[in-house]
Amino acid sequence: MKNKFQWNNLFLAIIVVVLVVFPFVSDSRTWTILLTQIFIFSILAMSYDILLGYTGIVSFGHAMFFGMGAYTTAVMLKRMEPSIGIFILSVVCGMLLAALISFFIGLLTLRLKSHFFAMLTLAVSGLFLVLAEKWRTVTHGNDGFTFKAPEFFKDRMMFYFVTLICLVLVYLLLQRFVNSPFGRVLVAVRENEQRTRSLGFNTLHYKVMASVVAGVIASLAGSLYAVSLRFVNTSVLTMDITLDALLMTIIGGVGTLIGPIVGAGVIELTQHYLSGLAKDYPIFERWIIFFGIVYILAVIFFPRGIVGTVREKLWKRKKKTRPVEKREVS
Amino acid sequence: MKTLLKVEDIHTHIGQYHILQGVFFEAREGEVSVLLGRNGAGKTTTLKTIMGLTPASKGIVQFNGQDITKKPTYTIANGGIGYVPEDQGIFGDLTVEENMKVAMRKEDDVAFARQDYVLELFPDLKTFWKKDGGHLSGGQKQMLAMARAFVNDSKLLLIDEPSKGLAPIVIEKVMEAITEVKKSTTIVLVEQNFMMASRIGDRYTLIDDGETVHAGEMADLIHNEEVKRKYLGIG
Repeated sequence: MKNKFQWNNLFLAIIVVVLVVFPFVSDSRTWTILLTQIFIFSILAMSYDILLGYTGIVSFGHAMFFGMGAYTTAVMLKRMEPSIGIFILSVVCGMLLAALISFFIGLLTLRLKSHFFAMLTLAVSGLFLVLAEKWRTVTHGNDGFTFKAPEFFKDRMMFYFVTLICLVLVYLLLQRFVNSPFGRVLVAVRENEQRTRSLGFNTLHYKVMASVVAGVIASLAGSLYAVSLRFVNTSVLTMDITLDALLMTIIGGVGTLIGPIVGAGVIELTQHYLSGLAKDYPIFERWIIFFGIVYILAVIFFPRGIVGTVREKLWKRKKKTRPVEKREVS
Repeated sequence: MKTLLKVEDIHTHIGQYHILQGVFFEAREGEVSVLLGRNGAGKTTTLKTIMGLTPASKGIVQFNGQDITKKPTYTIANGGIGYVPEDQGIFGDLTVEENMKVAMRKEDDVAFARQDYVLELFPDLKTFWKKDGGHLSGGQKQMLAMARAFVNDSKLLLIDEPSKGLAPIVIEKVMEAITEVKKSTTIVLVEQNFMMASRIGDRYTLIDDGETVHAGEMADLIHNEEVKRKYLGIG
């Protein structure tokens, strides 16, 4: 794992340098906005990877934590002053709310077998969606509402750097988390929960904590998403958001952390490119069909996700070139 | 000699099936107690019931004088019972080192000293130290499974069919390791290979159709051709 850790960091460092330089060499507003969206969805997808990739939990309700962050930030910035201080406070409040809710939901539902848990998360997420629709005095129902972002974020480039910093910090934090003894137990739970229990671990405790960490990070992504649009409505709580996170994780590679970032990039760029083709080729007005074909091809050619499959191929090549492996305990 | 584990009339249901229908046995401190019986007799379920993985619907499991029948698995494990399951339960995406660290729980001097002792029993593991558990052979997985159980200095070890599907040379290594661990730990062993069981076992319990049908000293069973033929199909 240590070796993977170093390669991941090197890869990320190169990408980060390119992304830091990018706004200074390109004045494309479209690309700045698109990359900002990719950063935000990468954070969401990484949070989902903690559940699916590292703990083996399938949740269909992850959007509720994303929505919690988005609504908390939007409501606080609208009702209080749109300052950077209130923004930070709203992010912290959203995270605390997500931590509390994910803790109780996890405690009540994670005892169940995986498919029952998945269905329950869908039901609870539906409850939050209905709550947002009906609590019109605060959420303005399905129509949603606009709000002013802090002055600091009016410059798109500033917001670009804020989301990039958040992405890097979340990545490093989660990498530390999954490589810690706690993270090792999460992988053990995913691999064989019964065996992990018989080694003396209260697996429910570990699953609940993973769910809290995933919920808190998803809430951060939601807060950033709301500010990027200066608008929020109930779409942030829908199943589409969860499915996006799920697909980004699966296409990028589950249990890799870097995979969801790659997945978010591939999906957002493909969406952008295919929908853009409609201007010149009318057939691409139905771009969603082509998008589906891209998904299918990705799953066929990268069964373990892009990063997972590349790693596997590298490992096999390494094994072929070095058949006898003799390493001593350090 | 003190009784460390006492199993009294346990009944276990899995779904609609009544698997264990009255299993009794004792494991005395410092001894190797072997559970014998044909395939499907209920030996593995007995170990799982002791560990709380398939809880008993009736009966009592006492460990070190305490009733552990209804306790959760992790509490039983933390109380000092190590378990090596039949399928080894290796974490395939973790390296051998990480598998050991998960099992050790603490990473202090005492734990590392214990790890060194275990690696003396299974020196081959050092060669595969950085290899993913999923890429090990059957014999290597069995060694790792046993090393993981031994690393915690448990008071009692439950070992399920350690020789299953292994080459004779690997079985010999496993035998040597169990013989060494036996000096300091009480063991309950499930084993189909009677030759192996009779070499390391002190006492035996015969299980047939989910209930205890015979028990006694291993030395007596070796010469009891009738019981061996009737319940084990050998002799």
